Amino acid sequence: MSRIGVFICHCGLNIAGTIDVKKVVKLVSDYPEVVYATDYMYMCSDPGQDMIKEMVKEKKLDGVVVAACTPTMHETTFRNTIASVGLNPYRGEIANIREQCSWVHQNNKEIATEKAVKIIEATIEKLKLNMPLVPLSVPVTKRALVIGGGIAGIQASLDIADSGYEVILVEKNQSIGGHMLQLSETFPTLDCPQCIATPKMVQVGQHPKIKLLAFSEVEEVSGYVGNFQVKIRRKASFVDWDKCTGCGLCMEKCPAKVPSEFNEFLAKRKAIYTLFPQAVPNKPVIDSNNCLYFTKGKCRICEKNCSLKAINFEQKDSLVEEKVGAIIVATGYDLMNKAEVGEYGYGKYKDVIDSLQVERLLAPAGPTEGIPYRPSDGKIPKEVVFIQCVGSRDPEHYYPYCSKICCMYTVKQAMLYKHAVPDGQAYVFYMDVRCNGKGYEEFLQRGIEEDRILYLRGRVSKIFKDGDKIKVWGADTLTGRKIEISADLVVLAMAMIPSKGAKKLAEKLRLATDDYGFLTEAHPKLRPVESLTAGYFLAGAAQAPKDIPETVAQASGAASKVDSLFSKDELYHEPIIANVDEEVCVGCGNCVNICAYDAVELDLKTKKAKVNPIICEGCGACSAACPSGAMQQNNFSKRQIFEMVNIFTV
Amino acid sequence: MKTEISIKNIKSKFLDKVEELSEENIYTCYQCGKCSAGCPSISEMDISPGEIIRLVQLGQEKEVLDSKTIWICASCFTCVTRCPKGVDLAKIMEALRQITLRKNVDYVSPLSIPKEVLSQVPQIALVSCLRKFSA
Amino acid sequence: MKISYFPGCTLKTMAKNFEDSAIASLSFLGLEMVELPRWNCCGTVYSLTSDDLIHQVAPIRNLIRVKEARDTRVVALCSMCYHTLKRANKLVKEDKEKLDKLNNLMYREDVKYNGEVEVLHLLEILKNEVGFNQVSRKVKMPLKGLKVAPYYGCLLLRPAEVGLDDPESPTILKDFLESVGAEAIDYPYETECCGSYHTVVNINLVVERAHDILSFAISQKAEAIVLSCPLCGFNLDHRQKEIKEKFSDFKSIPVFYFTQLLALSLGLDEKVCRFELNFIDPRPLLKSKHLIGEV
Repeated sequence: MSRIGVFICHCGLNIAGTIDVKKVVKLVSDYPEVVYATDYMYMCSDPGQDMIKEMVKEKKLDGVVVAACTPTMHETTFRNTIASVGLNPYRGEIANIREQCSWVHQNNKEIATEKAVKIIEATIEKLKLNMPLVPLSVPVTKRALVIGGGIAGIQASLDIADSGYEVILVEKNQSIGGHMLQLSETFPTLDCPQCIATPKMVQVGQHPKIKLLAFSEVEEVSGYVGNFQVKIRRKASFVDWDKCTGCGLCMEKCPAKVPSEFNEFLAKRKAIYTLFPQAVPNKPVIDSNNCLYFTKGKCRICEKNCSLKAINFEQKDSLVEEKVGAIIVATGYDLMNKAEVGEYGYGKYKDVIDSLQVERLLAPAGPTEGIPYRPSDGKIPKEVVFIQCVGSRDPEHYYPYCSKICCMYTVKQAMLYKHAVPDGQAYVFYMDVRCNGKGYEEFLQRGIEEDRILYLRGRVSKIFKDGDKIKVWGADTLTGRKIEISADLVVLAMAMIPSKGAKKLAEKLRLATDDYGFLTEAHPKLRPVESLTAGYFLAGAAQAPKDIPETVAQASGAASKVDSLFSKDELYHEPIIANVDEEVCVGCGNCVNICAYDAVELDLKTKKAKVNPIICEGCGACSAACPSGAMQQNNFSKRQIFEMVNIFTV
Repeated sequence: MKTEISIKNIKSKFLDKVEELSEENIYTCYQCGKCSAGCPSISEMDISPGEIIRLVQLGQEKEVLDSKTIWICASCFTCVTRCPKGVDLAKIMEALRQITLRKNVDYVSPLSIPKEVLSQVPQIALVSCLRKFSA
Repeated sequence: MKISYFPGCTLKTMAKNFEDSAIASLSFLGLEMVELPRWNCCGTVYSLTSDDLIHQVAPIRNLIRVKEARDTRVVALCSMCYHTLKRANKLVKEDKEKLDKLNNLMYREDVKYNGEVEVLHLLEILKNEVGFNQVSRKVKMPLKGLKVAPYYGCLLLRPAEVGLDDPESPTILKDFLESVGAEAIDYPYETECCGSYHTVVNINLVVERAHDILSFAISQKAEAIVLSCPLCGFNLDHRQKEIKEKFSDFKSIPVFYFTQLLALSLGLDEKVCRFELNFIDPRPLLKSKHLIGEV
């Protein structure tokens, strides 16, 4: 015989406004095996919890039902409450009489009250059969994997390494730094991004706790939080980086000319190259698609000139295996391709460039030393048009969301253009100017008042070439006019999208993404750096468009989550998991197919299903799919569910 | 110029009629101006196409129906193709014209077309002109 | 091979040059265009109000005629007819209630319409069924050296769900021109509106639009314009008189229907092109390129 206590919460008027709580207390008190029933205004408050604790002791309760809001809110609260007075937490259950009752039957108090009683009775029946489970513990590997070496990955790696834990930083390019290193100057301080980022990059390169795997990609991840096994592919660079000292002679001698990705195709690089002079690691890579030896069997000048014999055309990819306890995904962003936009020329006009291209033109260390010459003829543009929101805020054709950073970087780019070409004029076509950071609004006003950038409120309908000018047809809705400008150069603020390859990686890691490929956070307001899968954390633009200060903050946030994970020697896993009655199991494999977490497999010897208790998330799909009833879920057994159903169908 | 706005403008029969005839939600338009930017006939208009929508959003019936704009629209569908919110501005313009035409008020009455024009233009021009502009 | 053909009003009068050259060319290519019996005016414009069903009767009735001719496809030449028929067809295919109402309204028709017909433009037929390669093979006299600016206008391409090509960067007329040996001129005004029905009451608007379109084409070295709509044809060709009156330095430029160029390149008799119906006489240009004999 159980001794169950029922505690019914008013939740202010949320519950009591619809349900006759006093009546419920009376009816439930008479229910078999209930030895105590009461009500209170806010059960989750301190006095409410104290009441439960006292009654557990006084009435010697061996089970507690709290009739209140949804378990998602306070199941943990009340389980902790009863655990603190010695009752097994799994002998406590929440009966949801708010979301599932009072909130949906506000117009029918009688029915709501009746239903509340039934919900509580059903919960009592379930509770009677609940086993006093004990959470499972697993050890934690105190090493972290950070995927992506942009500013987010760099910051997260430094924070975790500085806390004393080892970090493996994997970056697909041959140097860390990401897009930030391509920028001209950063808003709102007009700092040099290379100058502020390279100290951090050097720290990463030299940190004793950071293992930097550049020019590498994550191939496979298995395991679960605290215990991941990762396979990393180290791509063949055809240069032995252990021998190479980064002297650069090979690059000097290479005859090839290849459009440079780092310079957004506005300049050329060699076939053997480093990304930029301050690269970390500062070791070159041979681009086998454009190397004369790989494509035509000739040349090999780099090899001939390398006194350290570091060039190795035979080098192959290699696979590295690592064990880690937490993974931070910081894969960053790319810009939408301007060749997708028909009304702006499908990318065919040389003098219609995108925002990363103009960053390279304005960068003091860029291909044009900071003067934005026209790509077509090298002349200095006197009239430059900047167009915001290209591909963003366009639910009909492209992306519905706002890319967040374009308003700010556009005013910066227009200002830098004016500083480089003082007798030129910059125009910005905008819908809004979103300046929601510290110092951002002041920065915009400086651009308008001091640099006299002309802001025209309206989108641009069409761009086309007219002689050697680019005609822009936009609008100024503030005066209701169509505006025509014959520009020398047009800069498109293209939408921010997740980085290439991020989608494939998310699929490999089984991470949830939204419709556009941005990684989904565990809760949009309260859990922005955790993913929905335990052990995976998110940082930077991979989760949503954001600027550098937000990225760095988020990276440190993700790192602190990892630190708190590593501060424990053991992790506790919820025991409400599936388990198999091997005598009944026939090995049909339904459960294996249906499990979204890969937590069930068929044992090769016994041919019975086997549940990995650590990966199992207790969703119940396998026990629903099991045709023989061999698979049952702890504290959600078939019997328990039938008892609950009986209450509702009587 | 001061314009008073109250719930009477927003919950008006005029706005309802425009939305009913066009099957468009007039508040979907976020006034980006792309329609005005690409309209080939805008030089002859007194109010830009984007502003017409704004005035409808504000319930300003008289100003909209008195404008030249709705009669200068050539139904070329450039705005429809480019609108980032998918607003069918051509349908809204048609609704605005129809509100007047259905009161049996011509914009172009057949008798007012000069004889030389009648003999000069192809039938396709006459039929389409009268379909759009006469009651 | 036969296909039902919907001419529309103007192709029988001012744009007879369009029809004659089309029928002759297609016949040469092995496709017989069979004029729909008892066809009626399509209405020229597609009615854009949600409650206006009466103006859908005209186009749908023509589709009933196609059914009666035991055909499932109809080809149109005029952009406006193509647009109106295609959009009305799409409307009734997607809205059963409206289709039922229309059928009830047309209760005196012998046959009910159930969305069985597909509306096509002649350019689609040339591209997808005959094939531009096949056209090239049949070309007897490639229009070498003829620089032609394609003009699409509005209704062939917009809105995108009924357009026959990409509304921002269409290529079908360019492909056509290349298949008959001519050189296609690239210019940004090929999809800009000509002013359409304003040619009746607001000639100045048309003059401005047409002047912009033609001048840009000429600035890109175009020697002729090619198009597919008799209203655009009137605005860009016949209205050159008014353009010249307003812009005295405007140089005239001949305007062709694409089927006239097709007929010429296939080596058909010049008579089927009915050049006398073109306002700006194209014959001097064609003679200078040795594409026709002595006048």
